[in-house]
Amino acid sequence: MEISALRDLLEGEVLCGEDRLDDEIETLFASDMMSDVLACPDEIHCLLTGLINQQVIRTADMMDIGLVVFVRSKRPSEEVVEMARQRDMVIILTPCRMFTACGRLYEAGLGLR
Amino acid sequence: MDTVKLVYEIDGDNFSAAGEASTAVKRVLKKLKLPSAIVRRAVICMYEGEINMVIHADGGRAYVDVDEEKIVIRLEDRGPGIPDIDKAMQEGWSTASAEARNSGFGAGMGLPNMKRNSNDMKIETELGVGTTVTMTILFGGEAS
Repeated sequence: MEISALRDLLEGEVLCGEDRLDDEIETLFASDMMSDVLACPDEIHCLLTGLINQQVIRTADMMDIGLVVFVRSKRPSEEVVEMARQRDMVIILTPCRMFTACGRLYEAGLGLR
Repeated sequence: MDTVKLVYEIDGDNFSAAGEASTAVKRVLKKLKLPSAIVRRAVICMYEGEINMVIHADGGRAYVDVDEEKIVIRLEDRGPGIPDIDKAMQEGWSTASAEARNSGFGAGMGLPNMKRNSNDMKIETELGVGTTVTMTILFGGEAS
């Protein structure tokens, strides 16, 4: 699925990385625990989370995750968005709750075991 | 390849800055054109360790040595020490603060994850003196 299709499914707003919306994503991980993200042995293309601090971007960077989706319209600070921009990441804000966002994306074929 | 030696001061007073050294290490390892799986394992070890140093030990110093065969990461702190290493190694065991937990850490996953991503991990600790964690990532070996 292209990132632009994910954005549409989640009624999302792109905060940075507009030039990468045609990148393909297949795997998704949803968590507010960054420790769990770091413990995932699989390749993750997209992280869904309700946390909006700097450590989300650092964790995504360490795991080479190119797309971060913030749920429930929680808007990160400009500092956090700038960190993501410097790392060439895409940030999307969705009004969906975590459960709803996961449900829509699972139904569309995304996810990890 | 000549041995590359890196040293970073870890600031223990600023949780939001935790991870800056790991970001710098990742940049160097990628410049050295190491395999991406090795880089990933090394930066997970480094980042988890750096977070631990900020959460538990008021910062410290990180030494990263890279040669033709391996990466060795040594994290030294002058924190309170670990009273029970076996307990600290159990997944889910944590003494982290509310601030750390609110930031997505402190779930008791750090040390086990560092061990999993390294080929060898050694913890030297003395109560009231500090802790040194040394992790080795071999280029030729699978993670433990």
